[in-house]
Amino acid sequence: MASGLIRRAISGPKVAPAARLVAMRLHASETEAQKVEPKVSESTNMRKFQIYRWNPDQPSEKPKLKDYEINLKDCGPMVLDALIKIKNEIDPTLTFRRSCREGICGSCAMNIDGCNGLACLTKIPESAPDTMITPLPHMYVVKDLVVDMTNFYNQYKSIEPWLKRKSPSPNPGKEIPQSKKDRAKLDGMYECILCACCSTSCPSYWWNPESYLGPAALLHANRWIVDSRDEYTNERLEAINDEFKLYRCHTILNCARACPKGLNPGKQIQNIKGLQSRGVGTNFVQGSSRFSFHVNTQDLQSSQYVTGATMTAIQLVVTATSRNSHLCARYAAEKKGYELQDKLVMHETRNNSTTNFLAFAYAELMKLPQ
Amino acid sequence: MGASSGPRLSGIQKQVLSLYREFLRVARSKSGEDHRQIESIVSAEFHRNSNEIDRKNFIYIEYLLRRGKKQLEQLKSPDIVGLSSLNVGSSQPKKT
Repeated sequence: MASGLIRRAISGPKVAPAARLVAMRLHASETEAQKVEPKVSESTNMRKFQIYRWNPDQPSEKPKLKDYEINLKDCGPMVLDALIKIKNEIDPTLTFRRSCREGICGSCAMNIDGCNGLACLTKIPESAPDTMITPLPHMYVVKDLVVDMTNFYNQYKSIEPWLKRKSPSPNPGKEIPQSKKDRAKLDGMYECILCACCSTSCPSYWWNPESYLGPAALLHANRWIVDSRDEYTNERLEAINDEFKLYRCHTILNCARACPKGLNPGKQIQNIKGLQSRGVGTNFVQGSSRFSFHVNTQDLQSSQYVTGATMTAIQLVVTATSRNSHLCARYAAEKKGYELQDKLVMHETRNNSTTNFLAFAYAELMKLPQ
Repeated sequence: MGASSGPRLSGIQKQVLSLYREFLRVARSKSGEDHRQIESIVSAEFHRNSNEIDRKNFIYIEYLLRRGKKQLEQLKSPDIVGLSSLNVGSSQPKKT
């Protein structure tokens, strides 16, 4: 295409990226009229790549987008091919992670034209005049396109991604058998390659990268919760039952859009939330600490609305349980000579207005046999 | 530290100082000779950076802080006994 050559001739080297973009767009529309080079041979298809550059060894230089122009005719179809070509032929200082070039290692995750993805699985866009490549958003940059994944890996570590058993293996020294049906439950989770595309596309993760575990880690948490061979399901559920660790997920579902492997972390997180609200396999409180509570049924039955006394009781327990749902709810239950049952426990309504919460609680308690 | 007598420090300055202090604290947990070695390398590094880096270059300072924290984590491990540094000649032509 001639447009690329023309643009290169026109855009000055010292113009700010934004200004240059505008200039390019303007000229792109005029390319048909002013044919500077009427005959561009079929064998060239020049394409501009704007790549984020920052080198800590040159501290005085600010991060910037640097332009590279390559001929797509002698370059592979993927963005990673273009990056490798640039590194080989134009600028050997360009730094990025890559390994398998077939979407199985997850090294080359980056932001390509505003979307997170693996460079090796993303085709160079056909129509766009240029392609912008930046590091994963909201991650600390180590150099150029390489980001610091320490926090991401630590979060993965914190969900204890390994098989934990209480009972000894049925046949020692051998693997633990699993039915085909149980194995099928892991589909859609075991494929995750921890490329961090999902977590770094999640606005919720951007605002709370330290406290919110992020879609990738939670997907793996669910992978071990669902695993039929793992015997620490309840402990796992309790470990992530936290306002921040889990409940910062507001089902924005950017994760599902970003995932280069076509997985849906949002759905898996929803599954964890569902399990917690059902209090799977527990005798007493388990679920969002924020909404677990204990109330006197008598009071609730006697009046349409919750009286002042129960109100305080509820609030007391609710505030107290936000620290430790287990102990407090049990304590409150014992105090009142009340046996705490699953039905008594309210979880995760995603609606923190007190009125709705109490109305919901009331409705739920009405179902209890007295 | 005399916070009242000295100049008021910005958040990032406090972070740098606390990182420095942490390094010295970790150095104390290592044995005699290595202890002095670590202290001298660490203080040389901090002083060099404090002189060389523009105090408004936050991107770089934050980068160094993160790098320092990582190195500190490594140094904290009991398996790490000492620290040494190499000085690569700075007379190399500047790369572009």
